[in-house]
Amino acid sequence: MFADYSTSELMSIFAMQGFAGLILFSVFVLMALGLAIIFGQMGVINMAHGEFMILGAYITYMTSNVFADYMPALFGSYFFVAMILAFIAAGALGMLVEWAMIRHLYHRPLDTLLATWGLSLILQQLYRTIFGAREVGVSLPDWLMGSIQLTDIVEVPINGIFVMTLAIGISIAIAALMYKSRWGIQVRSVVQNRPMAGAVGINTAKVDRLTFGLGCGIAGVAGSAFTMIGSTGPTSGQLYIVDTFLVVVFGGATSLLGTIASAFTISQAQSTMEFFLSGSMAKVLTLLFVVFILMLRPQGLFSLKMRK
Amino acid sequence: MATMNHASQSGLGGKLPGLVKTLAGAVAGATMAFSAALHAAPATSEVNTTDLAVTDDTVTVGILHSVTGTMAISETGSVQAEKLAIEQINAQGGVLGRQIEYIQEDGASDWPTFAEKSRKLLLNDKVATVFGCWTSASRKAVLPVFEQYNGMLYYPTFYEGLEQSPNVIYTGQEATQQILAGIDWVVEEKGAKSFYLLGSDYIWPRTSNKIARKHIDKLGLKVSGEEYYPLGHTQFNSVINKIKLKKPDVIFASVVGGSNVAFYKQLKAAGIDMTDEKPLVLTISVTEDEILGIGGENIDGAYASMKYFQSLTNQNNQEFVKAFKERWGDDIVIGDVTQAAYLGPWLWKAAVEKAGSFDVDKVREASPGIELTTAPEGYVKIHPNHHLWSKTRIGRAKTDGQYEIVYETDELIEPDPFPEGYQ
Repeated sequence: MFADYSTSELMSIFAMQGFAGLILFSVFVLMALGLAIIFGQMGVINMAHGEFMILGAYITYMTSNVFADYMPALFGSYFFVAMILAFIAAGALGMLVEWAMIRHLYHRPLDTLLATWGLSLILQQLYRTIFGAREVGVSLPDWLMGSIQLTDIVEVPINGIFVMTLAIGISIAIAALMYKSRWGIQVRSVVQNRPMAGAVGINTAKVDRLTFGLGCGIAGVAGSAFTMIGSTGPTSGQLYIVDTFLVVVFGGATSLLGTIASAFTISQAQSTMEFFLSGSMAKVLTLLFVVFILMLRPQGLFSLKMRK
Repeated sequence: MATMNHASQSGLGGKLPGLVKTLAGAVAGATMAFSAALHAAPATSEVNTTDLAVTDDTVTVGILHSVTGTMAISETGSVQAEKLAIEQINAQGGVLGRQIEYIQEDGASDWPTFAEKSRKLLLNDKVATVFGCWTSASRKAVLPVFEQYNGMLYYPTFYEGLEQSPNVIYTGQEATQQILAGIDWVVEEKGAKSFYLLGSDYIWPRTSNKIARKHIDKLGLKVSGEEYYPLGHTQFNSVINKIKLKKPDVIFASVVGGSNVAFYKQLKAAGIDMTDEKPLVLTISVTEDEILGIGGENIDGAYASMKYFQSLTNQNNQEFVKAFKERWGDDIVIGDVTQAAYLGPWLWKAAVEKAGSFDVDKVREASPGIELTTAPEGYVKIHPNHHLWSKTRIGRAKTDGQYEIVYETDELIEPDPFPEGYQ
């Protein structure tokens, strides 16, 4: 298939394709981080993760409308405000859900799956009632659209760079929070041994609530960022949920590093195969690959070593 | 209420079927002329011999679309159009002197639910006809039910063809009506030589692309790629790179649903400016409804091949758009399928009046040749194969989310659900 092209053309295409893989990687990381925190640290299977993302997207939509109507001069910067609001709204909803529902189910992980699935249906219908069944179009500030021309052929989409920067930034922030802060120590100790953590005076209920809120808040930011590349509708969250779980489970649920490594592996495999094969075939092969690896390593790529 | 009336009626029908039939037959002609002169409704026993939910002053029909679940995005417009048409017909005096009442059921984007609800509408509610379904999957699910209980379905969506049921009137285009004229147009007007076919991975895009590929082959031109992505796929950067490498003249796109939004946003972000037309984008899946989600600025310059655009300037359409906005709000948009859904109740009314009866068999018999001169898309006519004769039009997307019509076929295009040489 490459016979007709010059070397420079091929180089450019490989560069762009590499970049496409990195964008996909960033998207996966953003999707999966929130879920990895909730699933990995708390053992809660949050099927409503996608709906928390879409909450972020709708917040972005509303923020853009408010800016367009009341402060058109500042429209270029609304996206940052929207991401902060999305984090707060999704995080607050997450804490509310944890308080009302999840905390009663900690000893029954499979029931959290059903409960959060029900929650996702409720949220979908709520979005439909409030915003209408049709998808909404989120208008972006001009500086986020288009691409940077590096050479004649190599063009890099600006929103891709934005998503990458965001993914890196959030990953670093989470890592710092988990491994450098006092609160992170509390979270990790609760994960490792809940009764013991309680015995040394950690308020485990509060840690749980904040952890769940943080995971949902990150989902909100991801949803906000995805308005640049995807659709915003009541059921758009469903588009992401399968890939998200795939990344988290493949990475080893308890490890953030594993999530990142897994996002990288899956995104590179998928985007490379998409280039050489058809889209559907690439998806099939990616899934087969993941299934095969999980058969060999059921605990995922990375896992915490701890005494059972 | 409809059910109660129906019960008393079926009692009568059960006891005296022969008598009723004979009477109805004997006086039919005379009564028709008589009632027309007096402007009174013909007797119920005479317009309804098959136990339908018809009373002396009402007739009940069904509306069956998804108002919840993932398809609600698309089907909402169809429901609105069908309700508007029914209200307008009622305001004009109804059908055979009877006001139309509707029972709306929710298919909930779930195909077995569609089948179950259609059974409920036909068996329990005894509706005279059903306006509904959107995806081919839902139509295929209800088809056996409609054929078994002899119901009538008016199906609004443009679809892949390869079907012709005595129990369905297809008010949207079958694939050749949408595709062939569109491809001819890009070849003649834009000098296109090579095509990249891209779609979501299910029956409609695959069948459509099969027809497109055959047609492109017949014209002696080149298909430089054909690709499918799973429904709901949100990452198109790889295929966009492939398109950049292959440099086709035309991207022929039939991506649907949420993927649509992702595809156009990423195409634009990757530096492909559709207004340059290098490559030109020709889509058969983006109506004004979808542009709401995609955003006009992200699809500016793409071409769509449809039979209807909201921006049509004929008298019928101006009135239709005005009525639609008055009924459903000023900021609403009307896509191709919405207009096709609007035709359903009107075509049914015309067929019922021609047949002088609500009986499904008589309506079916009367349907071929029914014309509608008041259709927003202009003039349509039902073909004996239950599809509509209609024009193909090409529109160019603008930033305000509307299409500017750049071409329409001179003649109505004959529906051909089983195109020879294209299968």
